[in-house]
Amino acid sequence: MAKAPVSLESLLDRFGPHPAYTPPGGWQDESRSPAERLVKTHCCFCGQQCGIQLKVRGNQVIGFEPWEEFPFNHGMLCPKGVKRYMQGGHPDRLLDPLLRTPKGFRAATWDESLDFTVARLKEVQLKYGKDSVAIYGGASLISEKSYLLGKFARVALGTRHIDYNGRLCMVSAGTAYKLAFGVDRSPLPWADILKAQVVLVAGANVADCAPITTDYLWRCRDAGGKLIIVDPRMTPICRNADMYLPVRPGTDMALYMSLLNVILRDGLERRDFIAAHTTGFEQVAESVRAWDPRTAAEKTGVPPESIERAAHLFAKAERAIVLHARGVEHQSKGVENCLALINLCLATGNIGREGAGCAMITGQGNGQGGREHGQKCDQLPGQRSISDPKARAHTAKVWGISPEEIPPAGYSAVEIMEAIHCGEIKALLSCCFNPLVSLPDAKFTQEALEKLEFFGVVDFFMSETAHHADVVLAGSLQEEEEGIGCTNEGRVIHIQKAVDPPGNAKGDSWIYCELAKRLGKGKYFPYATTKDIYEELREASRGGHADYFGITYEKIDKNMGIFWPCPSLDHPGTPRLFEDGRSFHPDGKHHFLVTEWRESGDPVSVEFPVYLTTGRVVSQYLSGTQTRRIGALVDQYPNPRLEIHPRLAEQYQIKDGDWVTVTSRRNDMTLQAMVVKTIRPDTVFIPYHWAGERSANRLTHRTLDPRSKIPEFKVSACRLRKADGPPDGARASNRTGNLSEPRKGQA
Amino acid sequence: MHGYEFYVDPSRCIGCQSCVEACAECETHRGKSMINFDFIDRQRTTATAAYVCWHCEEPTCAMVCPADAIKKGDDGIVQSSLKPRCIGCSNCVLACPFGIPKIFPEYEQMMKCDMCYDRTSVGKKPMCATVCPSQALSYVRPEEIGKRREKPTNVFHFGNQKIVTRVHMMIPAETDAVSLDVLDYMWEESYAVFSQPQ
Ligand code: SF4
Ligand code: SF4
Ligand code: SF4
Repeated sequence: MAKAPVSLESLLDRFGPHPAYTPPGGWQDESRSPAERLVKTHCCFCGQQCGIQLKVRGNQVIGFEPWEEFPFNHGMLCPKGVKRYMQGGHPDRLLDPLLRTPKGFRAATWDESLDFTVARLKEVQLKYGKDSVAIYGGASLISEKSYLLGKFARVALGTRHIDYNGRLCMVSAGTAYKLAFGVDRSPLPWADILKAQVVLVAGANVADCAPITTDYLWRCRDAGGKLIIVDPRMTPICRNADMYLPVRPGTDMALYMSLLNVILRDGLERRDFIAAHTTGFEQVAESVRAWDPRTAAEKTGVPPESIERAAHLFAKAERAIVLHARGVEHQSKGVENCLALINLCLATGNIGREGAGCAMITGQGNGQGGREHGQKCDQLPGQRSISDPKARAHTAKVWGISPEEIPPAGYSAVEIMEAIHCGEIKALLSCCFNPLVSLPDAKFTQEALEKLEFFGVVDFFMSETAHHADVVLAGSLQEEEEGIGCTNEGRVIHIQKAVDPPGNAKGDSWIYCELAKRLGKGKYFPYATTKDIYEELREASRGGHADYFGITYEKIDKNMGIFWPCPSLDHPGTPRLFEDGRSFHPDGKHHFLVTEWRESGDPVSVEFPVYLTTGRVVSQYLSGTQTRRIGALVDQYPNPRLEIHPRLAEQYQIKDGDWVTVTSRRNDMTLQAMVVKTIRPDTVFIPYHWAGERSANRLTHRTLDPRSKIPEFKVSACRLRKADGPPDGARASNRTGNLSEPRKGQA
Repeated sequence: MHGYEFYVDPSRCIGCQSCVEACAECETHRGKSMINFDFIDRQRTTATAAYVCWHCEEPTCAMVCPADAIKKGDDGIVQSSLKPRCIGCSNCVLACPFGIPKIFPEYEQMMKCDMCYDRTSVGKKPMCATVCPSQALSYVRPEEIGKRREKPTNVFHFGNQKIVTRVHMMIPAETDAVSLDVLDYMWEESYAVFSQPQ
């Protein structure tokens, strides 16, 4: 039974999200009694992991101070970074483990809740088999915790089903880079952006989702660099772009194949580079032949002349960079979209040198590090494949078990939810993941959660998903345990512990070690500190692609981060990959790979004629579990809004601020329109950070990329209808945002 | 900070409001932001602008103040009103050509950007210019700003009034008209095509 125990109203009353406006001690506090310590650490709210200093007094984070010496962001922060300190002392913070009762949740002791959790997990496994239990992890966790989760699933529970919310983020790019280069990492440090003559930004809303990268783009432009931006929306960075290509959602691949078509047609490729360093060129050249600019224009809505011009700009540059993100990756052909971009770089010899190459912009806090060490369903630590016998032998040795004991690859995140829905998986233990908000097709997720025989959650706030839990184990924020992360540059950074978890809350790593102990597997989890876990992680990653062996906490501090691979203690790290002209494939070549056009999994039709695309706003982070509790961030963008072009709005007689019902093949939602000329008139946009009635994922679909298993958040079909007013349930679910008074500029 | 100047460039601004939030963290006026932030015309463009006080050489705000509560320091920084003197009359609010000062009724006082006096006087950069992710607000040396595409100016004309300021505004070296509608970049000629299934 995993239905929420009491009404949504009463759960929201007790656990929030309540927007907090004042810092611990009140606004005047810092001027009267200043901080005792400044802790140099990193922001938890996106893949850039900006350096930041937290002001600490006693056991409380009371503010922040920019960390100007940190070389990535030089003190720059977006509003999420500025306000991130408001979480520790937040009134919604879970201070005790909670057990569900028919009357709601009650505080319990750790012994009672851990024993209960273990008893239920064992029961389910005894009845239905080991693989009837699944683990969900999160990419915002420090790498030590994600390593621990991978080991916990495979060693303590013996289940093959562990996956993480990075499945909704970086897997298309990761899969593509593994296929093309043999390794999953952006091959260049961000400083290279400053040296590029052309930067092609593909499906990346840099201003909202990777704000610090804006400064890199502007500095590139100051030095004469040209910017080409591809997006169905004119995001803020388009204002300074040299070219803006308004691609129709889901057609990116056609555009990039066409760019290559023009490059080859006009003989702009680098034949010597292709011959010396790549394989598969001929097949790819053949495959793009059909994609002349006119054909591509029909598919993509980008004018043929723009395609020609962009191709020439890109190919004629001595140094060109492609930056891409979820716009191309959140598609049922996400991997191929990335491959099409990589093919462009390879054909023009843009890889392995300063100011040239391709890079993925990581979304989540530890999006890069969190996927390297074993919480992905098909990977073991060090980015090793779980099906590779050598990798299994190495990992088994470090873990002190036999290779046969390591289960095979399991299901990916969406597949796990589907297996729960169809009754194959009966129990779920979830850490730092809010699938009810972040997975596509929220109604389906809700149904699945209600079918679970046991559901345990480890988290620091009560997420909407946790409403369905049997037990909620009060865990830790990023600043409450020491560890490492890896940024979108591949730079391994040190997350300092600033404070202890408040009340009876515990470090997540302690919780998992205790569970392992109570499952009778304590000897495999002998860690006293997260540093002990890191020492084992170094060993486990050794010899893998993501080799961390040569990286220690001290070495990170001394160098302001170390880029992996770093195989030995005297190795300086590797800021730029492939400088020797070799990829990480055994043949040392970069692989051109053929991409094949296909339609989206949720095509527009007469009944659903409008494209729907979803994404983020700068003031909110992912499912909003954290940022919907920070008043200043809530006020910046309190409710989801429907971005719609005046041409489309006119067709439905929708005016700015009107309520509109958006219906997809799954469900509907009603929200206010924001009529703007900055979006294609065949497309609407909704940000996805909210739950319940305000959740954009009510509308999205579960079609996955066949290889990366990423959902197609960026392309759905919908229809629009002007509504009379707000939806019935709006009052309950809108309590943290002011429905009637949008902040200036949003309407 | 000696040798550093403040530059504002709205063309870089991405509207993130980090400056607004960070200003409210400053110890001298914690909880109150002094940044003037605006979406220019969100229906037509994503353009946004964030402004600090321009710190005029001859500050109109100070000239119209009947209580002589607004002082300019030797460093050229025009301070918030002096609390004991300020009578909250709003003359400065109305007179400032840039619309900068704000009256905070709860403090019965005009407050505005003082270029983070507490920070700049001890060798730190102002809070907003430190955090701004686009460096639309930046506090750097003039030789650094010389590398930009845009050029700085600190002379403004308001009708007959010529105002010279401490803070510089970045203006385009050469300006082209820029279209702000997606339609102008698209291939399809008529709207009819859009709503048809492919
Ligand atoms: S959310 Fe990202 S860009 Fe913003 S401060 Fe944090 S790490 Fe930096
Ligand atoms: S900009 Fe306005 S508030 Fe600032 S010094 Fe000039 S007149 Fe005074
Ligand atoms: S911090 Fe910078 S980019 Fe963000 S709103 Fe302020 S001026 Fe604009």
